[in-house]
Amino acid sequence: MKTSRNLVIGAALSTLFIAAALISFIWTPFDVTEMNIPSKLQTPNGTNWLGTDHFGRDIFSMIMVGARTSIAVALVAVGIGMGVGVPLGLAAAARQGSLLDEVIMRGNDLVFAFPSLVIAILITAVFGPGAINAIIAIGIFNIPVFARLTRSAALPLWQREFIMAARASGKGNARISMEHILPNVTNLLIVQGTIQFSLGILAEAGLSYVGLGAQPPLPSWGRMLADAQTMVSFAPHLALIPGGAIILTVLGLNLMGDGLRDLLDPRIRVERT
Amino acid sequence: MLRYSLKRLLSLAISLVIASLVIFLVIEVAPGDPASFMLGINAQEDTLNALREELGLNQSKLERYLSWTFGMLQGDFGTSYTYRTPVADMVQDRLWVSLPLAIYALALSTLIAFPAGIYAASRRGGLGDVSIMGATQLGVAIPNFWFAMMLVLVFAINLRWFSAGGFPGWEDGLFTGLKALTLPAIALALPQAAILARVMRSSLLDILNEDFIRTARAKGLTPQQALWRHALRNALIPVLTIIGLQFSFLLAGSIIIEQVFYLPGLGRLVFQSISQRDLIVVESVVMLLVFAVILVNFIVDLAYAWVDPRLRSRT
Repeated sequence: MKTSRNLVIGAALSTLFIAAALISFIWTPFDVTEMNIPSKLQTPNGTNWLGTDHFGRDIFSMIMVGARTSIAVALVAVGIGMGVGVPLGLAAAARQGSLLDEVIMRGNDLVFAFPSLVIAILITAVFGPGAINAIIAIGIFNIPVFARLTRSAALPLWQREFIMAARASGKGNARISMEHILPNVTNLLIVQGTIQFSLGILAEAGLSYVGLGAQPPLPSWGRMLADAQTMVSFAPHLALIPGGAIILTVLGLNLMGDGLRDLLDPRIRVERT
Repeated sequence: MLRYSLKRLLSLAISLVIASLVIFLVIEVAPGDPASFMLGINAQEDTLNALREELGLNQSKLERYLSWTFGMLQGDFGTSYTYRTPVADMVQDRLWVSLPLAIYALALSTLIAFPAGIYAASRRGGLGDVSIMGATQLGVAIPNFWFAMMLVLVFAINLRWFSAGGFPGWEDGLFTGLKALTLPAIALALPQAAILARVMRSSLLDILNEDFIRTARAKGLTPQQALWRHALRNALIPVLTIIGLQFSFLLAGSIIIEQVFYLPGLGRLVFQSISQRDLIVVESVVMLLVFAVILVNFIVDLAYAWVDPRLRSRT
């Protein structure tokens, strides 16, 4: 079936890069900070599997460590988005139409008006560039995404009988939200989480590319591309390899998100076919 | 419709006020004194004071905020700390690159996405549908700046059809200007087109399941006729919303793409200003970008209500 194929390919690609990131903590073929000018700009070969860059650094090792940066930034950013956005969405849904709901939703609209890049520019202008600031910028942008999703998924649940039963048993809004609403929106959150994760990887790459993200000597895919830009005419592999890594990771996460959505919510599967 | 529009307009105004407050306060926290930055570390205290007075830095925060916002309303964005020229002039020059680029990209993305989405929906499940959906899956995963580099490699360096970067200005004629913006616009448009094509397809498929399409088919229309005459117009509503939302992504995306092609647009201006700590320029450009996003969403809201009258009564 097509569904499970998406999930399998997506999960395989994602696992590959997450594994590369984890392994890089204990082993990389070469030291990523070690320069070796005599063997610079080599194309893929037996010693340097993916070639070397303009400083003779091993690209395979840099891709492994870069995966770590990308995944860490995107993961923490999703964490911030979920950690703040989901409680806000739950609170807004619990008191639909109240001032709290209105304030939360209008606040969300406002954050949406600042694309993550614009938030990053503001933060960088004040505090200077860095991976932490990239995380904050992408994380802030994720908050309204999760708040909206949680609210819209929670609203119809509040009309259901089991919620009325919980209310009748004397439970308050907060407890009902945690015990009954949250478990019922978790599937949706997981699916959105994988999508935001992949968007986070793209955003991190973009921010690093323009110099607002991870700073040297920490390798990141976006900065590898920025370094490659002036050399792309005579050493295209410098751009092709990190670009390929980004595309495969994002593609993997998106396919996994699609597959998970079909798996976790059979209704969608029926509707889509 | 009038009541709805007024309500939206009020919410637009509130959003703008809050956004300007946030931007102003964030920039206020920035360490460093613009006057000493402009004059260097050896500047005399009285010279510094005179400059602070001239720039209005001695006023209270509230006065500065008010003079900044009221100035902007009248088209006065203040004076650049670095170049000592009006920020409005700098921004205006750059807008003539960034805005046409965003519009060009939006047009391209629509031109690519509409036929692709319609074709995929009409050939649902077939080879054409599967290939187009596969291509969009890939399109969504490609970072636009990487795609831009590949375009430069193929079309500028190898084939020499386009220049690798830079912008000659509109003085050299419309064609020359558009030609310089073509590769950047394609790079910006393609990932957005992938998203738009997917929305177009799923929106059309939803509509094709509706009763009125079945009625149209029962009246003897072929599936293609029903699609073109009845489904397409109705499917456009969600697509319009996405196009509106995409504008903000295109503006933000153009900031990065301008770096790849060395285009003298707003993006380059912002990065230049950050490195020179010319915060008043950063402040104004960010406010302008946010204003553009809020304004476009406002227009989309109105267009949406205009197309779908049910929305007017709901709010």
